Amino acid sequence: MTAVLTLIFIVPALAALAAVSIPQNRLRPFVLPVAGLAHLAVVAALLAASPAPALGWLLLDPLGKVVLPTVSVLFFCSALYAPAYLRLRDDRPNRAFVTSLLLLLATMSLISVSQHVGLMWVAVEATTLGSGPLIYFNRNPQSLEAAWKYLLICSVGVALALLGTFFLAFAAVQGGAETSLLLADLVRTAGQHSKPWLNAAFVTLLVGYGTKMGLAPLHSWKPDAYGEAPGIVGALLAGGLTSCAFLAILRVVKVMNAAGLGAFSANLLVGIGLFSMTMAAVFMVRQRDYKRMLAYSSVEHMGILALGVGLGGAGAFGSLLHLINNALTKGVLFLSSGNIHRAYGSKSIDNVSGALTRLPASAALFLAGFIAITGSPPFGPFVSEFTILRAAFETQRFAIGGAFLLLLLTVFIGMGATVLAVVQGRPPAEAAAGTFRDSAQTVLPIALLLLLVLGLGVYLPPPLQALLQEAAAYLEVGR
Amino acid sequence: MDATLSVSNGLLVVLVLLNFAVLGSSRMSTLIRMVAIQGLLLGTLPQLRSDVLSWHLIAVGAMTAAIKAALIPLLLRRAMRDVRIRREVEPLLGFIPSLLMGALGTGMAVVFSNTLPWPAAAGGALVLSTSISMLLTGFIILTTRRKAITQVVGYLILENGIFTFGLLLLDAVPFLVEVGVLLDLFVAVFVMVIILNHIQATFLSHDTTRLSLLKE
Repeated sequence: MTAVLTLIFIVPALAALAAVSIPQNRLRPFVLPVAGLAHLAVVAALLAASPAPALGWLLLDPLGKVVLPTVSVLFFCSALYAPAYLRLRDDRPNRAFVTSLLLLLATMSLISVSQHVGLMWVAVEATTLGSGPLIYFNRNPQSLEAAWKYLLICSVGVALALLGTFFLAFAAVQGGAETSLLLADLVRTAGQHSKPWLNAAFVTLLVGYGTKMGLAPLHSWKPDAYGEAPGIVGALLAGGLTSCAFLAILRVVKVMNAAGLGAFSANLLVGIGLFSMTMAAVFMVRQRDYKRMLAYSSVEHMGILALGVGLGGAGAFGSLLHLINNALTKGVLFLSSGNIHRAYGSKSIDNVSGALTRLPASAALFLAGFIAITGSPPFGPFVSEFTILRAAFETQRFAIGGAFLLLLLTVFIGMGATVLAVVQGRPPAEAAAGTFRDSAQTVLPIALLLLLVLGLGVYLPPPLQALLQEAAAYLEVGR
Repeated sequence: MDATLSVSNGLLVVLVLLNFAVLGSSRMSTLIRMVAIQGLLLGTLPQLRSDVLSWHLIAVGAMTAAIKAALIPLLLRRAMRDVRIRREVEPLLGFIPSLLMGALGTGMAVVFSNTLPWPAAAGGALVLSTSISMLLTGFIILTTRRKAITQVVGYLILENGIFTFGLLLLDAVPFLVEVGVLLDLFVAVFVMVIILNHIQATFLSHDTTRLSLLKE
């Protein structure tokens, strides 16, 4: 079983090789669903294995067990959507695009199973470089600017994460503990580590990986990158890559908890979480660009994830559940907004209206995605956001709970105005004449994602509940 | 040991002085040369800071120098020649204010470094001060200069600062990670240079203020 663990990144890497070697532009995108299905099968085998397979620096820990399947499902649904989308963009070569998507999956999987903090860092760095070409797919000045900003800001963030990793190692050196960057060793010897150095390491790593995750005020690349990249890339970045960056932060939180510094990291997470939600709310009100609006929604939900883990207990459980809900709902929103963008050729609500008439299925999915992501029942995010809210009130932190509610409400109103402007009314004449129409290939993958989000809201299967409880308990040992 | 330690401490001070040279200069060839010298010094430091001569440290030093002092400056010079830009004009923050900010940052780095606990052996706080000073210099360059090449230089100084702190961990951090660091740096800059060329093709200049279509 241990060898299967390496397949998790070898399968997508081999698929990337296949994509490079296929000469036909039309045939190449079909590598994506095949690779996605194979990846899903490997993930299922790993989840079924007991005890958790381990190999050297690799181990699928309880936190990885939450993130990896999420990434895999999201990638599979996006991969089902990809061939039809790339067919529409047949005018431009997609070799770099398809290969980068597969390499992104390989590196995201590597993050999920890395137990060595240095290896995890290398994998995060690799995702940055791999996703640059994805953002630049449209080859216009705007996407170039977005890719440049993304590369520069995220490279700086990841460089800081390296410094934080060095600090983490130095905390062990200074405390006289054995210097190992393996998570299990760090947790075991955490009590001996130098406390000031651990605090410095956590702050630096939170800033570093937080940049990658897009927490405010380190989010400035996000609206540009998500706004300019194709919808499928937005889905994978907002649902997959940010979740992986959050996983990297969670592993450091685990070390902090084990060292008895859980209160320090929790306070920082609550602070940066609420700040991210505030910044997102400010920019989402009167936002005229519906793709940038989704980027700010991503900033908001990264804030919710940080807040939940900071609150701890039921909050940590809610946060991990929200990671899954957010990833799948972001898939719905970005893919359906991609369809709307295709039909109207514009991202601004000045030119886009009446999507329910022009693209009934995509617009309905977009609207449902909005209802889901803003935490309305019966969808999954309602359950996870409610769990986090309850955690705040149960621990008597009424101010935090109140602020959380107020911010959710503000975002609902702000986002609602933009979304309704997109779907309601009458489509402008030039858009109505366009050739793009809803088709099974561009709608069914999105519907599948929405069905999962709905399912998670109605019924949380006991195995998933056990998985989340195990992950939350694993995270909070020592807190 | 004492002699080599004082030499290495002297080199750390030179690294900080090079920061100021970068902050105060507008000529791109000067900027690239200063960063190359920093890379060369960083290549000699691993061996100087160790008690025993080891092939491992010599290899780390040689690779550092080869990438930071030869390969990357070469890439940047080529990019500079392609676009025929020689100077950084009208930075968002002037050269004198940049220098003052750099000096202030270095002072704060020294104060901060001394608040953390250090092993009895001398020199740790100086390494961290140098490292943070380089980090801040990199930030200043990245955020206040307009040309893409200058921003890459800022990123390099920031990476140099992180490598400087890595000096304290050369015994503890495995070889694989060190190689990973250098490789990543090289690939990052390589990708940036590719994009630079696209910027040139699209905007006919490496001025990132032209990159201001995306505004709130």
